[in-house]
Amino acid sequence: MNPKRSNQIATGTIFGLVVIVVLILIGLIGYILFNGVPNISWHFITAEAQAFSAGGGIRDQLFNSLYLLILTLLISFPIALGAGIYLSEYASDNWITNVIRTMIEVLSSLPSVVVGLFGYLLFVIKFGFGFSILAGAIALTFFNLPLLTRQIEESLRTVPNLQREAGMSLGLSSWKTVTGIILPAALPGIITGIILCAGRVFGEAAALIYTAGQSAPVVDYLNFNPLSPTSFLNPMRPAETLAVHIWKLNTEGVTPDAHQISSGASAVLIIVILIFNLGARALGSYTYRKMTATK
Amino acid sequence: MDKDNIQVRLMKSSKATREDYFGKTICYVCIGLITVLVGCILYFITSRGIATFTQNHVKLGQFLSGTNWNPGMLDSHGNPEVGALPMIVTSFGVTILAALVATPFAIGMAVFMTEISPKRGTKLLQSVTELLVGIPSVVYGFVGLSVIVPTVRHIFGGTGFGILSGTLVLFVMILPTVTSLSVDSLRAVPVHYRQASLALGATRWQTIRKVVLKTATPGILTAIIFGMARAFGEALAVQMVIGNAVLMPTSLVSPSSTLTSQLTTQIGNTVMGTMQNNALWSLALILLLMSLVFNLVVRVIGNWGKHKYES
Repeated sequence: MNPKRSNQIATGTIFGLVVIVVLILIGLIGYILFNGVPNISWHFITAEAQAFSAGGGIRDQLFNSLYLLILTLLISFPIALGAGIYLSEYASDNWITNVIRTMIEVLSSLPSVVVGLFGYLLFVIKFGFGFSILAGAIALTFFNLPLLTRQIEESLRTVPNLQREAGMSLGLSSWKTVTGIILPAALPGIITGIILCAGRVFGEAAALIYTAGQSAPVVDYLNFNPLSPTSFLNPMRPAETLAVHIWKLNTEGVTPDAHQISSGASAVLIIVILIFNLGARALGSYTYRKMTATK
Repeated sequence: MDKDNIQVRLMKSSKATREDYFGKTICYVCIGLITVLVGCILYFITSRGIATFTQNHVKLGQFLSGTNWNPGMLDSHGNPEVGALPMIVTSFGVTILAALVATPFAIGMAVFMTEISPKRGTKLLQSVTELLVGIPSVVYGFVGLSVIVPTVRHIFGGTGFGILSGTLVLFVMILPTVTSLSVDSLRAVPVHYRQASLALGATRWQTIRKVVLKTATPGILTAIIFGMARAFGEALAVQMVIGNAVLMPTSLVSPSSTLTSQLTTQIGNTVMGTMQNNALWSLALILLLMSLVFNLVVRVIGNWGKHKYES
């Protein structure tokens, strides 16, 4: 075959592959939104879930997902920030750093179900938390830490060394340089990283089935005492999230309108995650413009 | 008195120094926490996972090669029926098939983004991969359950659940991982390689195939391994379309069960410390070990790539 001809065939094939992938994506998003959006109504978002009858909503699940997300970020962000600063500012190029990096890689490649089972074993059973939001948030932290650490480390690394040298030459200690100069400069990247991780945490279910549990007990949204068992803020109550709800409806649920509810809930999940992704970009570039002189 | 005071003050470390130590300590504690955590995960899963072999005296060979999975029952020799082979085969089956299907698409997309249409194509496909990454695995499972399973049932007969449906769901899920890592490795190929090849009169496809893809081979292999690791550990999406019958897969459309799907569906139904429960933890141990193996393979490929092209 002459080279020109094969060049054309190859280019055509690559175009074809790309078009197929784009079509798959459009089909996927289209299917979810097309089937799901008609099911979303004010009632759907604000009503309680029904186990045996049609017409249930997703109020508790949606709230649990958000609450769990906030708790997870509260626990994982400080740890990831410290670890990220260590890796980008303090770590010297030796075997200890190598071991630490390997550990983080291992953690990031562990299947989320294994992380969930570890959380189940340690927190739910050994520490006696039972199925609880706290156990779920800790399991999600494990799952979230490597990614968030890497994001923070990378955004710290993109700050030019000149900035560090400038800080040092002004006589600042290295900690002051980090907190006063490097962190603000890296802030846009860090914010983007956090929001992207938030999207991942929001849709995660495998790590939660055996940590946060699969039931959503009735809670009182006016009870602000986090120690009361019926309070919506109580971190020790079991909490089924939106993603777990979809899974449960489709595997063991007996709800008659499971398909409609899952479609609606999937659409809600996708929409929230899309908002996170777009928000990450917008907020990242907004803070970048605010913090630097670029237009 | 005054002199002493000055001396003491001069000898004392400054506020900035103390802050510096404080900050450094916090960072060390954080990184230490993560390291300890990984150690704990490895230790706990391993110690539970080997209980099948130490407490229940199941032979490792029997566990890995047996085809009957019924941990509560004893077989005719009085041994527990814990043959994990059907799940191991299914897990590897969906993983390898998904990687085989995803690779051409991923390489096609990566080549399109780096070689054919670096500006607009990259922008478009970048958002495509980001969207695919963003879709949660339960949503993939749900779409698989309501679209792919009925389609497979319609075309091939049977229930529609099985390795084929699992592959079709997984390949889309690992596509963004493989694509974005492949893009990175294609971008790392120096521009002057391409210029040299084009200057010799090679067509674009000849350049891509013989220069760019060849140089990027270690990177692309790494990308595929990462994709396989993701497919191997994926739980819910697969669980929803695989059928969850612990049977040796006889065809691509027969219901079967992967390691992850068995774990997610069963671990809540067993009591801690019993044979059934221990056997499930052993499955988790296999998952853990495979994830370590994938990591190791990535390292080996990375070293090979360095030796091949950098020395």
